[in-house]
Amino acid sequence: MILAFLSQTIRIAIPYLFAAAGGTVAERSGVISLTLEGFLLTGAFGAALGSYYGHSAWIGVACGLAAGLVFGVIHGIATIRYRADQVVSGIAINLLAIGVTRYFLHLAFGSSSNSPRVAGFTTVVKGEGLIAGLLHDPLIPLGLVAIPAVAWAMYRTPFGLRIRAVGEHPTAARTIGIRVARVRYIAVAVSGMLAGLGGAYLALDQHQFTDNMSAGRGYIALAAMIFGNWDPMRGGLACLLFAAAEAAQINLQGTHGIPSQFVQMIPYVLTIIALAGVVGKSTPPAALGRAE
Amino acid sequence: MRARVGEALLPPIVALLVALVVGDILILSVGQSPADVWALLLRGTWGNAYGFGQVLYKTTTLTCTGLCVAIGLRAGLFNIGGEGQLAAGGFAAALAGLALPAGTPLGIALPACIAAALAAGAVTGWVPGILRARFGAHEVITTIMFNFIILALLNWAISTTLRVPETLHTRAVHAGAIAPLGDVLPAFHGSAANWSLVLSLAAAAAMWWYLFRTRAGYDLRAVGLQPDAAESGGIAVGRVWVRALTLSGALAGLGGVNFVLGYKHYYEDGFATGAGFLGIAVALVGRNTPAGIVLASIFFATLSQGGLAINALVPKTMVDVLQGAVIIAVAASVPEVRRVMRRRARSAAT
Repeated sequence: MILAFLSQTIRIAIPYLFAAAGGTVAERSGVISLTLEGFLLTGAFGAALGSYYGHSAWIGVACGLAAGLVFGVIHGIATIRYRADQVVSGIAINLLAIGVTRYFLHLAFGSSSNSPRVAGFTTVVKGEGLIAGLLHDPLIPLGLVAIPAVAWAMYRTPFGLRIRAVGEHPTAARTIGIRVARVRYIAVAVSGMLAGLGGAYLALDQHQFTDNMSAGRGYIALAAMIFGNWDPMRGGLACLLFAAAEAAQINLQGTHGIPSQFVQMIPYVLTIIALAGVVGKSTPPAALGRAE
Repeated sequence: MRARVGEALLPPIVALLVALVVGDILILSVGQSPADVWALLLRGTWGNAYGFGQVLYKTTTLTCTGLCVAIGLRAGLFNIGGEGQLAAGGFAAALAGLALPAGTPLGIALPACIAAALAAGAVTGWVPGILRARFGAHEVITTIMFNFIILALLNWAISTTLRVPETLHTRAVHAGAIAPLGDVLPAFHGSAANWSLVLSLAAAAAMWWYLFRTRAGYDLRAVGLQPDAAESGGIAVGRVWVRALTLSGALAGLGGVNFVLGYKHYYEDGFATGAGFLGIAVALVGRNTPAGIVLASIFFATLSQGGLAINALVPKTMVDVLQGAVIIAVAASVPEVRRVMRRRARSAAT
């Protein structure tokens, strides 16, 4: 029972973990990550497309990663090279992701709702342990590792230090020879790839792409990142917390009377409380949203 | 002066060009002729009264959400909560219309329903305003989060108690319905266009008057341009922020009247989807001026309605791609070209 709950929580959390890991990298470099929703969606579509035409889940993973990267680079060019407002560009990326995936879903599969069944990773074999079952999908362990990997890169490597410097004080970073624009480009590209992997997990787990399948998960990841005060590990814990609430709601459905809508609100309510500083104030990187 | 005209014309020109170029690529990619598709789009929107009526209907909502974003930006605040505020306004209008007894004279029912929409929008804007002014919680994040909270609450209210069984909408309002334009101008018959259009244009005019002809509007713009300078000039910045977001929410809430009182006569879950976010595009292309916003609303409404017109030749979702591409291109090109123009103006002056 507890193992089943844990396994379900982890499965729900995987897209959040990927996206929150990516969002943390971009935001700590000073680029706002409203784009996570769009990255997840294009990642999912890319994965379905790749898996369908390549007949392999791994090709799907690669295509999901690439799709997230492309959208990350578009966001990077608009906001870093051309200094577009990061919030506007972020919203536009999300609208563009919905438009592009719908348009090409129609062109590729002649459908406005979903792709045909595509190859994914093997599903859980009966009789095996639930936790061992999680390992059947390599994106699950990868998603669990993404957060500690980002934490390590951010706090233990020279490049992580550069990312944080650029996000706190770009002018100071530049005086000591850091190329601010380049660091930010890499950070946004990485965030696109990580969130793209989260999207790939969504599509491959369900063996198909469905219209708008990210369904707000990018915003939940954004909320988790803020709730975790822009710290990768704390953001990762927030992802697990939000996922556990969802898993609990699914298990309690119909028996105890908490409407699902109220469970859906939990991440957003907690994040607003954290931002307002009622308990332990969340403080964004100092140069977040500002051009160089 | 020439530079200012140039800056004002730049966003719409970029928007049109990008829509044309990206549209051409997408049209050619499915093997159709761009000329045919664009002609079909124009015929289906401006070329007949029904299509034009639909454009006017969509213009009405977009004008409201565009004004909502613009008044926030004038105060230096980014309200992305239009989606939830629009839904809240529509929901409140429907509740008011359901609460009033059938046969309430229009002169009482209509103002009451509109006031309910404005009030619901205002409250949903006021909360992030207070959170920003008192607690320093950034309005971009809080308004996004409130979108989800408001939509979840409304979904809960509709799906548990207020719906007509087997649907996700309320019963039709008893009072306060707004007449379709087709009643007076028979050409529009059958389209969703209704007199809410006049309300949204009046809101644009009122916003112009408020921003540029009142002291409170002057304060609001001063805070938007330079909050520190405004503060030292004696303006209570926090209070202006709260006021701006409250007005912003009310403007989005007014947009809900168009769907609920003017078109369907009931509240339906999800009616606001997309219109709140498109308000950002409208404010961007309309450069936060009321007149520009009305024109930009017509542009985006035409695109949106045009998608349905061209569906036989090109998937209608082409316009979703165009909308996203237009926003990114305008957002990216405006600061760049402004910098180039300023540099040129400076070098000409020396």
